[in-house]
Amino acid sequence: MKAYLILEDGNVFTGVSIGAMKEVISEIVFNTSMTGYLEVLTDPSYAGQAVVMTYPLIGNYGVCYEDMESYKAWPDGFIVREISRRASNFRSEDSIETFLKNQNISGIAGIDTRALTKILREKGTMNGMITSNENYNLDEVINKLKEYSPKEVVQKVTCKEKIEYKPEKFIKKVALIDLGTKNNIAKSLVKRGCAVTVYPAATKAEEIIGEKPDGIMLSNGPGDPKECSDIIKEIKKLYDSDIPIFAICLGHQLMALANGGDTHKLKYGHRGANHPVKNLKNNRVYLSSQNHGFVVTEGSIDKQIAEPSFVNVNDGTIEGLHYLGKNIFTVQFHPEACPGPQDSEFLFDEFIHMMEVSK
Amino acid sequence: MPKNESIKKVLVIGSGPIVIGQAAEFDYAGTQACRSLKEEGICVILINSNPATIMTDKEIADKVYIEPLTVPVVEKLIQLEKPDSVLPTLGGQAALNIAMELEESGFLRENNVKLIGTTSLTIKKAEDRLEFKNTMEKIGEPCAPSEVVTTVEDAIAFSNKIGYPVVVRPAYTLGGSGGGIADNEEQLIDICSNGLRLSRVGQCLIERSIAGWKEIEYEVMRDGMGNCITVCNMENLDPVGVHTGDSIVVAPSQTLGDKEYQMLRTSALNIITELNITGGCNVQYALHPDTFEYCVIEVNPRVSRSSALASKATGYPIAKVAAKIALGYTLDEIKNAITGKTYASFEPALDYVVVKIPKWPFDKFIMAKRTLTTQMKATGEVMSICTNFEGALMKAIRSLEQNIYSLDYGNYDQLDIEEIRKQLYLVDDRRLFVIAEAIRRGITLEEIHDITRIDIWFLDKIAILVEMEQELKTKTLDADLLKEAKRLEYPDRVIAQFTGKSMEEIKKLRKQENIIAAYKMVDTCAAEFEASTPYYYSCFGSENEVVNHKQKKKVMVLGSGPIRIGQGIEFDYCSVHSVWALKECGYETIIVNNNPETVSTDFDIADKLYFEPLTPEDVENIVDLEKPDGAVVQFGGQTAIKLTEALLKMGVPIFGTSAADVDAAEDRELFDAILEKCNIPRPAGKTVYTTEEAIKAANDLGYPVLVRPSYVLGGQGMQIAISDEDIIEFMEIINRTVQEHPILVDKYLMGKEVEVDAVCDGEDILIPGIMEHIERAGIHSGDSISVYPTQNVSAKMKEVIVDYTRKLAKSLHVIGLINIQFIVYEEQVYVIEVNPRSSRTVPYISKVTGIPIVDLASRVILGEKIKDLGYEPGLAEESEYIAIKMPVFSFEKLRGADISLGPEMKSTGECLGIAKTFNEALYKAFLGAGINLPKHKKMIFTVKDADKLEAVEAAKRFKALGYEIYATRGTANVFLENGIDVIKVNKIEEESPTLLDLIYGHEIDLVIDTPTNGRDKSRDGFLIRRMSIETGVTCLTSIDTANALLTSLENSNNENLTLINIAEV
Repeated sequence: MKAYLILEDGNVFTGVSIGAMKEVISEIVFNTSMTGYLEVLTDPSYAGQAVVMTYPLIGNYGVCYEDMESYKAWPDGFIVREISRRASNFRSEDSIETFLKNQNISGIAGIDTRALTKILREKGTMNGMITSNENYNLDEVINKLKEYSPKEVVQKVTCKEKIEYKPEKFIKKVALIDLGTKNNIAKSLVKRGCAVTVYPAATKAEEIIGEKPDGIMLSNGPGDPKECSDIIKEIKKLYDSDIPIFAICLGHQLMALANGGDTHKLKYGHRGANHPVKNLKNNRVYLSSQNHGFVVTEGSIDKQIAEPSFVNVNDGTIEGLHYLGKNIFTVQFHPEACPGPQDSEFLFDEFIHMMEVSK
Repeated sequence: MPKNESIKKVLVIGSGPIVIGQAAEFDYAGTQACRSLKEEGICVILINSNPATIMTDKEIADKVYIEPLTVPVVEKLIQLEKPDSVLPTLGGQAALNIAMELEESGFLRENNVKLIGTTSLTIKKAEDRLEFKNTMEKIGEPCAPSEVVTTVEDAIAFSNKIGYPVVVRPAYTLGGSGGGIADNEEQLIDICSNGLRLSRVGQCLIERSIAGWKEIEYEVMRDGMGNCITVCNMENLDPVGVHTGDSIVVAPSQTLGDKEYQMLRTSALNIITELNITGGCNVQYALHPDTFEYCVIEVNPRVSRSSALASKATGYPIAKVAAKIALGYTLDEIKNAITGKTYASFEPALDYVVVKIPKWPFDKFIMAKRTLTTQMKATGEVMSICTNFEGALMKAIRSLEQNIYSLDYGNYDQLDIEEIRKQLYLVDDRRLFVIAEAIRRGITLEEIHDITRIDIWFLDKIAILVEMEQELKTKTLDADLLKEAKRLEYPDRVIAQFTGKSMEEIKKLRKQENIIAAYKMVDTCAAEFEASTPYYYSCFGSENEVVNHKQKKKVMVLGSGPIRIGQGIEFDYCSVHSVWALKECGYETIIVNNNPETVSTDFDIADKLYFEPLTPEDVENIVDLEKPDGAVVQFGGQTAIKLTEALLKMGVPIFGTSAADVDAAEDRELFDAILEKCNIPRPAGKTVYTTEEAIKAANDLGYPVLVRPSYVLGGQGMQIAISDEDIIEFMEIINRTVQEHPILVDKYLMGKEVEVDAVCDGEDILIPGIMEHIERAGIHSGDSISVYPTQNVSAKMKEVIVDYTRKLAKSLHVIGLINIQFIVYEEQVYVIEVNPRSSRTVPYISKVTGIPIVDLASRVILGEKIKDLGYEPGLAEESEYIAIKMPVFSFEKLRGADISLGPEMKSTGECLGIAKTFNEALYKAFLGAGINLPKHKKMIFTVKDADKLEAVEAAKRFKALGYEIYATRGTANVFLENGIDVIKVNKIEEESPTLLDLIYGHEIDLVIDTPTNGRDKSRDGFLIRRMSIETGVTCLTSIDTANALLTSLENSNNENLTLINIAEV
């Protein structure tokens, strides 16, 4: 069946409908990873967005459920050039099309995703609608698209109650604040001997501090960080607690906001598996997995409080902060990878080390 | 880390002659690296024995030495030029081996020269099988169970332990030379003993066979700070068991999930880090299709064929970045030349699919085994880009120029389903087409997968293409079906064939429905950043990205496609130089080509690069968009010439010699008329269509005669016939492919062959030099040793040659280049062939005369005059240097191929010997070709009757050099009668010890075996030649070559070779 992707700027792409048939409005973003479509689909940071995959062939290796980064798929829509008719991988349990249907995700295939990506690159991220209604009224749709703004996405993705993970051999106890966490954050910690308790995003700082964790991990998550004012207040308390903290992505942004920093929206964000980040301590460059539309504004945070520890080699934006006089470091990129390079996995080891020396 | 300021003068070692396994990719890498070094103000000294390359142009390096690539020569050069550093990672295995020897002997240390781009420890860890295995074990990277052996006995013992089949890999060899898979002890003994002999260090690796696993490669870069990135990964459609050079390769990988992708990527980074590589490196993996188990197959600590492919597939200039890293830069300091905004420290994101298919020489070597194994057989490759796999595969198939335009090929309909099943077990160059037929017959993909081990994802894509065949054949062709067929890159001609319509109808329907090709950019970043690099590929059903704002006059240069025997790197040299010259003349240049190994497909050569098949339809799509003011076809070999007619139909004027005149040179009757008018003799000849006519013609002319199809490359299918039987056989072979043009039968004159390249502006001609062949007529000019200036041609004959050249060029209205081959026979000059286009000898003659032939020709075709370009018309003054071009063969790679030389070209490459004297030049040429005698001073003579008296003279000279001569009965008797002391040996079928036993004894340096004229039917001769080649013994098949070698050996007491900077010639 025919489907249409209508953009806020009036551009319309015609393709075929995949997945669920419902009409959706969402913010359209693109991801340049060549592998890892399932990880992308199940990354809670994509809540409130529809993802365009720039790699044209999607679904080649099917769906391996154990690779899911959360219990369900989050994007409102999935936009691809071609869905593989046949999936081939020894672990594949399903086709991507069935997966989208089961997860009730609307999608569109058969469009020129490169042309779409160029529009998003040049005009910036914008809203769009996926519909199979061929009698749409363009002006009405555009008005609707202009009004749309995703709200309270963190609340949508965070866990409802605490979850606990036990390691094989216990080393440290870590509290993981779930702002929309990917599974591999907890897995990376458990693998290193951490007993991890995952807390809903709205958990009060006092409760967490009261549990006396050796360290606190702030996860990735979706949306505009400034919307999370309540969470930011709690994070400020965690900052003051002197418990070692490691934060990723949204967690990194919230920690900056909690300390007087500012964030702003990038024109079209960083989403992919090939972003070079430079460690300013030793000038080493690592390839990183990224997924963010907002970034901590350079110079917005007091130099007495935090200093940049990583920068993006391409555009110079802040990729990491090191908090002075504190056992706190935060990164904008994703050391937990999935999908993407595992180059910065060592940051989890540094976190463990930090918990050890802070005692 | 900024540039290391202690590096000021760098010696770059090239890769030498083109052979199977080491081809044009190193010209591309070397050229890019030299330019990159010069950009940094480094003084670049280059050594490479291959004159057909762009890297050996005086513009590419500060000083260029076209000298043999041997350790003593490089040592001498280092002492002469005193570089502070040697960069050995851009010249393939050849350069790496030399660097290794220089380092191990302590020579570099003694002379205060450092290796840059790698260290000897790195080379050793990666290349020495045992060291490699230990290194991998140390960092926990799995390798297939293996053991390094130095004797066949150890190989057998180990194989018995791990079980057959086993893979045999000789250490330090090219393209897996001498390797193979052994299913049993007998095969193991055969392969391993050969491999041990071919290995420089007498080592072979015996390894558990992992045939059938997925073969995956990663191209990795690392800088001196330890920053690493992977440029791209690639998946071989053919599972492990077929050499990656012989595999269909796809980029990026298609059937790997992120887990597998990242697992192998992390492994590749760990390996490059442990090996401490600074620069580029290629890691090959075997990945178990049903588990996460993997094995590291091989690491190449240098740029390679795969890195050339990865560069073209992604737009990431690996060689350029590797050169900068060698100077001390880090990846984050090197700009990404494609975006101009980002840096080299990122990983390209592709938003398209790339397919590479090898080009095999089985059309040339019809007797060679077509089976694909771990020993590479392809001479070249094509690459194609599309937004879907099916389309990329279809484009690659037609880029091969085999007259195949879809998967519908081969006479498989005559086979029943059981025979098709059997064919599926055969791993050769036709496997793709057999699979398509199997799908047509309804054999399930699962069954095909079980037999071939090819991933079912690929098989399903082939099935999609087969289904489209059926739809086109059975359904009404509406807009939707046509759209889908074009999305899958079905060419109009195939759609026409399947739908029973004409190509024009299809085209019309396409235009009507607006189904036209769109062009997308290769930008390294999947459109994430703006890029301005004009590197494009086509696809259907997409938005066009190419902006055609016309400011200057625009010219399209058609490239030469894949490297094959008869059309090699020389034509890329010509295409690139033409682009440069046309640019200088103020034209906007567009190049169309599909060969990923070449300089011409580097994105910064022409103003725009279209990476596309060179068929009329593909070219027309570009023409429709770009609307060039003209096209240049005379530099791209036969590939470009073949497009002339189509271009004219599209309304694109051909710059230079007109199409009608190109035809006149090929059309026998028109050409004869011109010769008659000019009063130029040629050997008598006739055109025929049938075998009966051919026999009659041959008998009228009198044997021996030359038989060949017209409009062919490199003498393809050309044979000397001495009897009616020969004619019948040759005609049958020629007619295996449908002949659109008549077949030529000519009287064969056994005279001296002379060759001329000339530039003609319509009024005047300029002949840079006349070349003389060492071998008499009858051996293809590309396989002959060529000498400039001529040594045995009288002044009078030269005058005649110049006169004939002028007359022919003018009569054919040549504007640009012309190549003419003459025979001088009893002080008479005959014309045997005229090619109104660039030739194989153009780079060589340009370099040794210092006359930039392609540059001049390019200006002439734009209307300039030779006189105005600062050159005196006529024959240029002879150089004071003698330059000898020596053909180089790859016979050891092609089991079953007959090595005897004849009118059909068989060499894959060439090297140059240049010196002030003939003898020194000849010595250098043989040295460069790797003919390194003597070791044991024992040789075998077995010559045909006609050669016996000449052989006597040669034998006497070998005797005088101290050779012990073995000969078969006939030859021996003649030698004995002439007072030469020889040892008689038995023929193969006689009782032991026979000739073969002698060869297997590994004490023979040289075999001289001249086959009887006509296709040699003697199994003996064939076997002797094959066995010589396969055991690494030099084998010559012409007395002329033998005499040249003698001259070289007699003068080989040449400790004092003078090295010549080509820029000063």
